[in-house]
Amino acid sequence: MKSVEIKKDIYWVGAIDWDVRDFHGYSTYKGTTYNAYLILDDKITLIDTVKKEFKSELIHRIREIIPLEKIDYIVVNHVEMDHSGSLPEIIELVKPEKIFCSDMGKKALLAHFHREDWPYQVVKSNDTISLGKRSIKFIETRMLHWPDSMFSYVPEEALLFSNDAFGEHLASTERFDDELSIGELIRHAAKYYANIILLYSRLVKKQLENLEKLNLKIDMIAPDHGVVWRSHVKEILEAYHNWCNNKTEEKALVVYDTMWHSTEMMAKAICDGIEKEGVNVKVFNLEVNHHSDIMTEVLDARAIVLGSPTLNNGLLPTMAGFLNYMKGLKPGTKIGAAFGSYGWSGEAVKIMTQYMKDMKFNILEPGIRFQYVPTHAQLKECVEFGKRIGKAIKEGI
Amino acid sequence: MKKYKCSICGYVYDPANGDENANISPGTSFEDLPDDWVCPICGATKDQFEVTED
Repeated sequence: MKSVEIKKDIYWVGAIDWDVRDFHGYSTYKGTTYNAYLILDDKITLIDTVKKEFKSELIHRIREIIPLEKIDYIVVNHVEMDHSGSLPEIIELVKPEKIFCSDMGKKALLAHFHREDWPYQVVKSNDTISLGKRSIKFIETRMLHWPDSMFSYVPEEALLFSNDAFGEHLASTERFDDELSIGELIRHAAKYYANIILLYSRLVKKQLENLEKLNLKIDMIAPDHGVVWRSHVKEILEAYHNWCNNKTEEKALVVYDTMWHSTEMMAKAICDGIEKEGVNVKVFNLEVNHHSDIMTEVLDARAIVLGSPTLNNGLLPTMAGFLNYMKGLKPGTKIGAAFGSYGWSGEAVKIMTQYMKDMKFNILEPGIRFQYVPTHAQLKECVEFGKRIGKAIKEGI
Repeated sequence: MKKYKCSICGYVYDPANGDENANISPGTSFEDLPDDWVCPICGATKDQFEVTED
């Protein structure tokens, strides 16, 4: 278990979780890392810790460099348990002089660990502390993605510790962005954004503007999950810029579930129609696709076409679950359309349409629904419906 | 009319802007917001807001 020097005398000392496959509803097929960093200076500083179960990895990696007791300061950029879970044990061993956190960070730490006696030092945006040769400037990033979140910036190194922002769930022994495929990394970062950050896009936009205003030189970003960005800093910042501005592609998603293949037939006919317009289209059956993977695709899609049969006067549970998840993440405006087969009452199309209206989607036209099994002529109507969606996509939202 | 700041996420309710997504028209004072109005950023309830000069 080796630590990795990311800059002279600054080390990654986190943990690799190869096994995690579900992060409260986010499918982590490739595991993740919990990143913590150690700065050797006059005041030796530990930035964040790791999930409780991984504290031995953290301790082992720090001990490879220095005895734990030598640490003076601990910075808590984010209180969520995957970064603070081992804090009580680490504080016990380190007995730090100070623990730096935001005002909301202190409140959250008290509400998690109930320790009034820890040496908290509350910092605000633009507060700076000296470590000796280096300093840390704090930037509060409330709701990115918790109220306590903050960045720690080391100007002398042009290094930004960004907590969960710019991270991705990906377990690897490689620690840097240039040691893996950039395409794969951006895809994982997109999944992270779509499932964790998306609902705070307004704040991301503000924070990116703030970073620009502060005119910080950033040549390395060290997040709390995944790799350290050093060769593709520009790309990840650009990606965040696109995502928080709801930049969409000429792309449609057909997301559906089916009971007796009728809604499935409609989904495929609609897909056909969209494809005929030369627009990129992807079909996701909710039975076999994880909602967090579909959200990744929602991020840059221009149109979302939803299909569900009517069950018990409502939606199939998979569609209800997906819609509840997507609505909570507040995606930007999209073109929306709904379809489905039904037996006698047929409420599903109306319910899906209402969900999309609530998300401020532009509803192209009333959805289409057919009783029981669609006829050949009705499937042709589905193709035409798809074509109109394709045309609308090409015209923009 | 006074502005109010969310004590959780820092969002500022400015009566001059209202809250379009919640169908609150510009010119609506914080006091006149419905009781079930919540912070558009983090979902905090009205009682978590404080008057601000920001």
